[in-house]
Amino acid sequence: METNTAANETVDNGVNVEALLEAREALTEAPAAAQFTWRATSDWVSGTHTRSSVKGFRGLGENHTHRTEFTFDSDHPEVFASEDIGATPVEYVLVGLAGCLTAGIASVAQNRSIQLHKVTATLEGKMDLYGILGIDSDVRNGFDDVTVRFDIDADASPEEIEALVAQSQKRSAVFDIITNPTQVTVQVGG
Amino acid sequence: MERSTSSFRRATLRSRFQMDRKARNIDVIIIGAGHAGLAMSARLSSAQVEHVVLEAGDIGQRWRRERWDSLSLLTPNWTLDLPEQSYAGQHPDGYMHKDELADHLEGYAKHIRAPVKRDTRVHRVGAAGERYCVTTTQGEWFCRAVVLATGAYAEAKVPKIAESLPASVSQVTARDYRRAEDLPAGKVLVVGGSATGLQIAQELNAAGREVILAVGEHVRMPRQIAERDVYWWLMKSGVFWETTAQMDDLNRARRVPSPQLVGQPGRDLNLNQLQDQGIEIVGRFAGICNSTAQFSGNLPHLCKSADLKMHRLLQRFAQSAPDILDPAALEFSPTQLARSRLAVKLDDEINVVLWATGFKPDYSWLDLDVFDGKGNLQHDGGVVCAPGIYALGLPLMRRRASTFIAGTAGDTQALVQHLHRHLDTKAHRIAVGGG
Repeated sequence: METNTAANETVDNGVNVEALLEAREALTEAPAAAQFTWRATSDWVSGTHTRSSVKGFRGLGENHTHRTEFTFDSDHPEVFASEDIGATPVEYVLVGLAGCLTAGIASVAQNRSIQLHKVTATLEGKMDLYGILGIDSDVRNGFDDVTVRFDIDADASPEEIEALVAQSQKRSAVFDIITNPTQVTVQVGG
Repeated sequence: MERSTSSFRRATLRSRFQMDRKARNIDVIIIGAGHAGLAMSARLSSAQVEHVVLEAGDIGQRWRRERWDSLSLLTPNWTLDLPEQSYAGQHPDGYMHKDELADHLEGYAKHIRAPVKRDTRVHRVGAAGERYCVTTTQGEWFCRAVVLATGAYAEAKVPKIAESLPASVSQVTARDYRRAEDLPAGKVLVVGGSATGLQIAQELNAAGREVILAVGEHVRMPRQIAERDVYWWLMKSGVFWETTAQMDDLNRARRVPSPQLVGQPGRDLNLNQLQDQGIEIVGRFAGICNSTAQFSGNLPHLCKSADLKMHRLLQRFAQSAPDILDPAALEFSPTQLARSRLAVKLDDEINVVLWATGFKPDYSWLDLDVFDGKGNLQHDGGVVCAPGIYALGLPLMRRRASTFIAGTAGDTQALVQHLHRHLDTKAHRIAVGGG
């Protein structure tokens, strides 16, 4: 037991689990504060190149701003006769999934006192271009298959690592967004 | 003389009539004559507490009239001990058919001489000063304590998405389903990955129906391990007796669906099996768009999670009895499903939706401030937050065992002590107040 406790104290994945658990408890009592709105804006640059930015979001009953404004260039690759100035939008979806699942793994590992050394995710999204090109109406536009492979070096058994990865999917927003339908409304400003 | 006798008789008759039609006083009212209500009655009788059991219909009627024909208990008969009556039948390792269980409860009620008032439906329970007023189809009662024993499975839980289904698709809940031939014609989407959904999907498939089964978070469990029932192992390992205080997240634990089991000796029930029998398995029923049912793509994750959790549970079993459990017995084939479809056309491929999405209690008649924001009864181990109100037979009420008949003996024992203290304190307070 004592060695366990000692080991627990030295586990540091850089995640403030206490703060997360406190937030969970506080928000349980204040459902309105748990209502968040995430925001992004974008401007067309030229061709298929768009620059998007993320700065403010709303939550805990008030508006917040990130420490700095983040910008993202999206474009299409040269094989699409584009300039390839940024990642393609669908690649940003993979980026979002990787970031979300990995953050989950770090948090859950901290909570379970598992020291991580290396967490590498390799993602693939398979897509049939017949969809977006309108060649075959039976083919969907989006990914028809997404695979994620995690290679994890941690002070834990293979089974504990499997459980970490499973729990991170269970609590992942982006995993949910990709696997479940979402109501999307697109409007044109006046 | 003649005159006074007859007027005396009239007065007696009138008062009897009024007793029946108007308010009666009693210490404790138990609502519901299922296993939990009857067990509480046995406890109160041995403690010589005056009480009555109000039953809307007949003893054990949910089992007899509100479940599908082929249902048997998921727990073996040897777990069915109740206060003052151990299981003494011929088949301790069998699983009682639901009608047998209803008969069994009738026998139990007789055995413990439970004061059951049948056909007495409760319309309202409300506060009346220090007491409670219970309004029923057979008049009013006043009492000092009420035991809510109507169970957690009174009504079918149906998700909101049901409202978006077109009228051309028939909808039936697991509570109303009885047998395959009574179901509206056509192809069936069974929604729900617990015992209910899997059993009904299998039954419909065996009756020649085309069946799609939508599965969300689920609990996989083998019927037997090393020739012993899984409930033997749950008890042996202590998992069954874990208290609510031992749960990391009690709310979540209470929401965990019932395990994929069927009450037949040695018979497993799992998704691999159903797929092999020709049932198409898809993810959670997540939406409807353009007359198309949409299913979640997270099924591989949920299957993997269920396998991991089952494996962890089996390891706990092995640790509890290393002498019995050969590690080889822990091996099982992982859930391996075909790539699931994410969209299925309604009407073309789905004519009937069978909701096996769980059950919920009905406390619509409970007119007391005892519910949380989501309408759930607030209680601590069955002690409801209004003095003298107790609940029984709720999942994980005090322990994991509370979900099962096997947990009733312990739960009623704990609650009857609390109830006794409540009656004593109140009697004391009234006596002091009166003096």
